[in-house]
Amino acid sequence: MFRMAEILSNPYVQPLIATLLIIALFPLVAGYIVLAERKVLADLQVRLGPMRVGPYGFLQPLADAFKLLLKEDIIPAAADKWLFWGAPVLSTFTALTSFAVLPLSDKFYVADVNIGMLFVLAMSSIGILGLILGGWSSNSKYSLLGSLRSAAQMVSYEVPLGFAVVTGLMVAGTLSMQGIVNAQLEKGVWIAFSNYGLMLVPTVLFLIAGVAETNRAPFDLPEAESEIVAGFHTEYSGFRFALYFLAEYAAIFVISSLAVTLFFGGWLRPFPNVAFLEMPLNTVFPALLFGAIGAGCAVGVTRLMLPEQKGVLAVVALAMFALAAMFLVPALNPFIRGLFWFLFKVAIIVYTFIWYRGTFPRFRYDQLMDLGWRYLIPISMGSLIVNGIVLLATT
Amino acid sequence: MAEETKPGGETPAAGAKPEPPKKAAPVMQVTPWEGPLVDALKEHFGTQIKEFSVYRNQSFLVADLAAAIPILEYLKLEQEFDYLVDITAVDYPKKEKRFEVVWILYSFARNERIRIKADVAESESPATAVGVHIGADWLEREVFDMFGIKFEGHPNMTRILMPDEWKGYPLRKDYSIIQQDQEWVRENLKIESAQ
Amino acid sequence: MAAGATFLDTNEIVLNMGPQHPSTHGVLRVILKLDGETVRGCECVIGYLHRGVEKIAENRTYKQFAPYVDRMDYVAAVSNALGYCLAVETLGAVEVPERAQAVRVILSELNRIASHLLWLGTHALDIGAITPVFYCFREREEVLKIFERYCGARLTTHAFRIGGLEYETYDAFEKDCITFCDWFDKKVDEYEELLTTNRIWVGRTKGVGIIDAAKCKEYGVTGPVLRAAGVKWDLRKAQPYSGYEKYDFDIPVCHNSDTYDRYIVRMQEFRQSVRIIRQAVDSLPQGPIMGKVSKVYKPPIGEAYVSIEAPKGELGYYVVSDGSVQAYRLRIRPPSFVNLQALDEMCRGSLIADVVAIIGTIDIVLGEVDR
Repeated sequence: MFRMAEILSNPYVQPLIATLLIIALFPLVAGYIVLAERKVLADLQVRLGPMRVGPYGFLQPLADAFKLLLKEDIIPAAADKWLFWGAPVLSTFTALTSFAVLPLSDKFYVADVNIGMLFVLAMSSIGILGLILGGWSSNSKYSLLGSLRSAAQMVSYEVPLGFAVVTGLMVAGTLSMQGIVNAQLEKGVWIAFSNYGLMLVPTVLFLIAGVAETNRAPFDLPEAESEIVAGFHTEYSGFRFALYFLAEYAAIFVISSLAVTLFFGGWLRPFPNVAFLEMPLNTVFPALLFGAIGAGCAVGVTRLMLPEQKGVLAVVALAMFALAAMFLVPALNPFIRGLFWFLFKVAIIVYTFIWYRGTFPRFRYDQLMDLGWRYLIPISMGSLIVNGIVLLATT
Repeated sequence: MAEETKPGGETPAAGAKPEPPKKAAPVMQVTPWEGPLVDALKEHFGTQIKEFSVYRNQSFLVADLAAAIPILEYLKLEQEFDYLVDITAVDYPKKEKRFEVVWILYSFARNERIRIKADVAESESPATAVGVHIGADWLEREVFDMFGIKFEGHPNMTRILMPDEWKGYPLRKDYSIIQQDQEWVRENLKIESAQ
Repeated sequence: MAAGATFLDTNEIVLNMGPQHPSTHGVLRVILKLDGETVRGCECVIGYLHRGVEKIAENRTYKQFAPYVDRMDYVAAVSNALGYCLAVETLGAVEVPERAQAVRVILSELNRIASHLLWLGTHALDIGAITPVFYCFREREEVLKIFERYCGARLTTHAFRIGGLEYETYDAFEKDCITFCDWFDKKVDEYEELLTTNRIWVGRTKGVGIIDAAKCKEYGVTGPVLRAAGVKWDLRKAQPYSGYEKYDFDIPVCHNSDTYDRYIVRMQEFRQSVRIIRQAVDSLPQGPIMGKVSKVYKPPIGEAYVSIEAPKGELGYYVVSDGSVQAYRLRIRPPSFVNLQALDEMCRGSLIADVVAIIGTIDIVLGEVDR
């Protein structure tokens, strides 16, 4: 025990453990976001989605991962080998590195760099290179068109994204991610609702620009399947395609996390400073939530037919009940409630992204540019100025 | 209602049997087409139009090949037949001029549809209708593809449905239904025969 | 590179779409000449689905050939059958009894709804809205169920015979049709809510693929494309067939002749078809379902061109008979073939993303284009 405490207090150990955990868990998280997307889309489209692998399709990501790993590795003969290999690696690398500064909870994070926000924005800018190089190195017209489109799109939408972030930072007062969340704790209100509600504009702008940054519908021209087959990743198959996929869903997670940290209070609960809500929100709500999910899984177990699927779902149900119980233990609660609220809010935003994909048609390239340059940038600049003036006047 | 002409009755004479009269070859039972349009056309084209008929309530005229496109033009400009519905051909190998090219026109203003037919010999080339109706483009290409009738002045007289290098004109009566261009099949599909 | 050209000169790219492509609705090859993202011209290469249907018609009896026509516009098979039967019946001057005519109208309008549903689903999918296709197929399923209960087949129905109908309608036919009409009206409202005022949808379809009425007539384009250009013409009203003159319905017309207008026209056609079905079911007469047709059908020598308003445009059959049991020549005038010619005209000056929308808006089925 003594040795453990000594090891754990070494400043490199905790971040190293956190890094290893994130790298190990991340593909799983990305896979389950994909599954969630398929199930939510299926729900919108009056169908069921994956149902075979595991109970109600729950183990589908494992099957997908296996499939992609075992696929034949095809490289077009005229492709630039090193760039073809390096492009998806670059995208995945930058997406995963951003995880290093995400404030997953007040207790659990890799590093609290004092320029955290800037770091994430820089990483996402470098990630664009991965897309461009992927299209270029494939040496194919379709891929080239796709990568050019995506480059133009992402660079254009980084501007309103940046302005929205800066507006939020003005209220928060610091670039450090934990610092931003603590600023919201001090103020007692999430930044999205502060400044007399004027901060809602940058919040909405951030969410829109975030959808464009991650190449999601309605801004998914680079992957517009029905027009240029698959855009920049037309020629990719097997594991390389898996890496691009991973990078895309990692980026979605990162952008959602940024939105949650900057505008929606990070790991804080709603109404962070209202004392009487402490018990209901931090203890009762998560316990009820996980308890309900567990109960739903238990009901699902009775409806399934195959014993293996029943077994898996039963294990999941038990895990949910265990989680619910953990929230009720006062000693454990402070350690897990930050993470719970953070992931809960990120889940809501990811659900909203999936909802957009199911509902909206795709923007055309010139309309997308129009929207970005003629509407979002002026509005974001305007909101920056207005919020700045109001902030100055009230402090 | 059409009837096939019945053979004449035979009066059995004692001993010799008279030769039965030859059956007349059955033809389409048409009625003549009359009206102001017919008069106008007769005035303009005179003897170049050989027949004005109606069958099953549908009017058509048979014209000389050289007059076909001028008739289309006249009908479009003067008589409001602004919509070329179809161009097609029929193969009568026993006739002297084996193909009969058919143009079908419709007028929105008059709500009337008429057909123009012309006999084309195997070596003849009708003029293209593309100058009068742009829509004739693909229709004439298909007639060329299926029958081998070339249209003079067409911007792109190539096959449209069959492969470009195909030999033979499938809708001709001497082209059997199971016939294929074996050379093309061997070269392009790399198999001995597609049958 | 041409002599004297520098590496800064931009050349036109030639981009090949198809024959295998998610959006070309079948095996269609479109060769686009691009200048950056703008289309300077396009050329269609067709014939990948050519099956020699017209030649087959010369080698089968009239009755034997009827199932073949379903396979042309396979999405809306019933209208092909209607055109063929009407053409052959005109040749033989066969009178179709009133009950058969009314049932033909009901099935044809259900067929029109099914065809437009498929069009809407795939068109929305091409433009990026991935959800309406599922809703459309759910509705289409109901129509196909009615077809299956009536004649046993969902897609290639062989629903009509020369002279009338083969099968009497099943017991719940009228009830099924009315239930469908009631249910379907609300669904059309759903689609309108999802798409008609959606800013992205309007942005993608307004002003795209314009072809004015004069050009439409010159190319011979018919159907919803012509009606969206402002020409109020529908063969069901202009030259009614199969008893259409008895029913009261409107012809939807728009005036901008762009993709959005064609969408509006087809949505309105949904509603008009429902109107016709309701009237036909309400006034369905009793009586025989088959006219006087001899067992071996030999129309006298002659020729006839009969056309109907198929969901995609004017579908015409030119039949030449030499008095035998087989057609001497059967020419099928497909609306998709003639409408597709106008693609070049519609695509000039638009972006690549629009080409896909335009191909979708013309509503082609390659089975019909190639036969």
